[in-house]
Amino acid sequence: MSLTLQNVTRIVDGEYHLDDVNLMLEPGSFNVLLGRTLAGKTSLMRLMAGLDKPSEGRVLMNGVDVTGVPVQQRNISMVYQQFINYPNWTVFENIASPLRLAKVAEPEIKKRVKETAEMLHIEQFLERRPLELSGGQQQRTAMARALVKDASLILFDEPLVNLDYKLREELRQEIRELLKARNSIAVYASTEPNEALALGGKTTLLHEGKVIQHGSSSEVYRYPVNVDAAELFSEPPINLIRGFVSDTEVTFDSTVHFPLNQDIRGLKPGDYYFGMRPSHIGLVPHNDDDLEVSVRVELAEISGSETFMHVKNEHFNLVLQLSGVHEYHTDTPIKVYLPTHKLFVFGLDGQMLQAPGRLYQGGYHG
Amino acid sequence: MTKVENNKAWFLVLPVFLLVAFSAVIPLMTVVNYSVQDIFDQHTAYFVGAEWYREMLQDPRLHDSLLRQFIFSGCVLLIEIPLGIAVALMMPTKGRAASLCLILLAIPLLIPWNVVGTIWQVFGRADIGLFGWAINSLGIDYNYAANPMDAWFTVLLMDVWHWTSLVALLCYSGLRAIPEAYYQAARIDRASKWAIFRYIQLPKLKSVLVIGVLLRFMDSFMIYTEPFVLTGGGPGNSTTFLSQTLTKMAVGQFDLGPAAAFSLIYFLIVLLVSWLFFTTISHLDKAK
Repeated sequence: MSLTLQNVTRIVDGEYHLDDVNLMLEPGSFNVLLGRTLAGKTSLMRLMAGLDKPSEGRVLMNGVDVTGVPVQQRNISMVYQQFINYPNWTVFENIASPLRLAKVAEPEIKKRVKETAEMLHIEQFLERRPLELSGGQQQRTAMARALVKDASLILFDEPLVNLDYKLREELRQEIRELLKARNSIAVYASTEPNEALALGGKTTLLHEGKVIQHGSSSEVYRYPVNVDAAELFSEPPINLIRGFVSDTEVTFDSTVHFPLNQDIRGLKPGDYYFGMRPSHIGLVPHNDDDLEVSVRVELAEISGSETFMHVKNEHFNLVLQLSGVHEYHTDTPIKVYLPTHKLFVFGLDGQMLQAPGRLYQGGYHG
Repeated sequence: MTKVENNKAWFLVLPVFLLVAFSAVIPLMTVVNYSVQDIFDQHTAYFVGAEWYREMLQDPRLHDSLLRQFIFSGCVLLIEIPLGIAVALMMPTKGRAASLCLILLAIPLLIPWNVVGTIWQVFGRADIGLFGWAINSLGIDYNYAANPMDAWFTVLLMDVWHWTSLVALLCYSGLRAIPEAYYQAARIDRASKWAIFRYIQLPKLKSVLVIGVLLRFMDSFMIYTEPFVLTGGGPGNSTTFLSQTLTKMAVGQFDLGPAAAFSLIYFLIVLLVSWLFFTTISHLDKAK
């Protein structure tokens, strides 16, 4: 089954929650909906589910217009950020509830509940009630409830944010595995770029109610169509520097010059934005023509086994993503090396012109 | 490993000991002291053991008012709990209307007991009270001062008017704590309104309802002022509940010994019923 949104707009109290969304989700696809808080992820999911109606536009399932069809008559299931289960039913009854509503025969219910519980490793808790389980197990129960029926559309609304890091990685992998064997469309809302990459599949970037890019996750990550897309799909956010291109060289912020190299040839003289991934800036040069810049440390933020280092001088304000734990005191003068071969180039209007590995050839149209 | 003993730690517990001693144990012990003595005057008192307890447990006055008391508290719970839930379910969830409802609900709770009694005493009079007059003009003979049923009805009505708000407010806060996602999930499951109430809202309200039932039970079991202001416990003894029987004995007749024994029995009943209710509920939880 496929799901198509055509020119879908939703306006609530004069405010655009979704603005002219066009999207086509293929049968059996896994789609990550990546966007910041309030970008419209939940609004979009509610429309897909049929919990809300669009103000304008159409929703098609398998080519059939289902715009006005309420959620009860669509075959969908949903997993939420909170662990939603019937509090006074056992795990078994919780998982069985969608099947009971569908009037499935009792032996069949038993069999399917058991299978689903086994897939999610909660078969030993079937007689317990949700509140007697850990958070991870409660969410597994909610997921089992969503997966036990053959829904044609399964929506995950940030299902893992309330779990700890380890459980998150574990369940994320399981969700992927569980959905591989199915023909249903999965939509997974997330605010974390890394989660989108880990889940693979397709990524839809949502920004201020608009879909700015849709494609395979790695493609979207490597070739963001514009500055918003690049910022959205980068954690920590991508570094942007305004620069001037002449016939022979590039000047960053009127201070640092470097000659045009084969990776950024072909740009007309003028002003551009240059983007650098935080992981591409180093404390040691990776390449002979990396650009050395003297800065001072503003903050070294340790995140797991990585360090996010914020540095600045009077012209630049940069973030570096370094592997390993680095401790630096504030105001320590250091040198960083900007990658002149791994630059994203954006026009002043924000459109992407070049990405590392993809040369400018009269403009890139994703 | 050797355990380190630090006796100074006892000083840290001392404030709690003192507080509990002064707030509960010492006053209670004076009552216990009275309840085992026959006191004639300041210097003449005889130890009588469990005599007063025996006498009180066989006292028909206590039996009658205890029965009345249980019926009254039962009625209060049967009316106020469902009504409170219903009010909470019907209340608007946001905006000005919600604030207005909350204020309206809070008003009865702010009115002192004796004022509530006085309000209804006047309100219910057939000659000058709007409520009494209205009912009588409908052709129903209503007179709380003469008819025990009418007196009961009025006392119950007073209590419902005064305290249903408390249950409603508790339930309202409980309902607001249910995340929106539950209702969405229920819609996806095609659950009916009744199913939502029975399987989502009611279970989620359970903890506030336990508190609500306990508070309303304990409070209604100790009702004194309202019937006293309304009819002084009458007509006859029909609205004389436990605390009024006790007051008559202790203050009216100055039977300190029996009254003290009565107080302790009264206290133990409240404690016992509350404990039974609470443990049963918690037990049911675990058994399932």
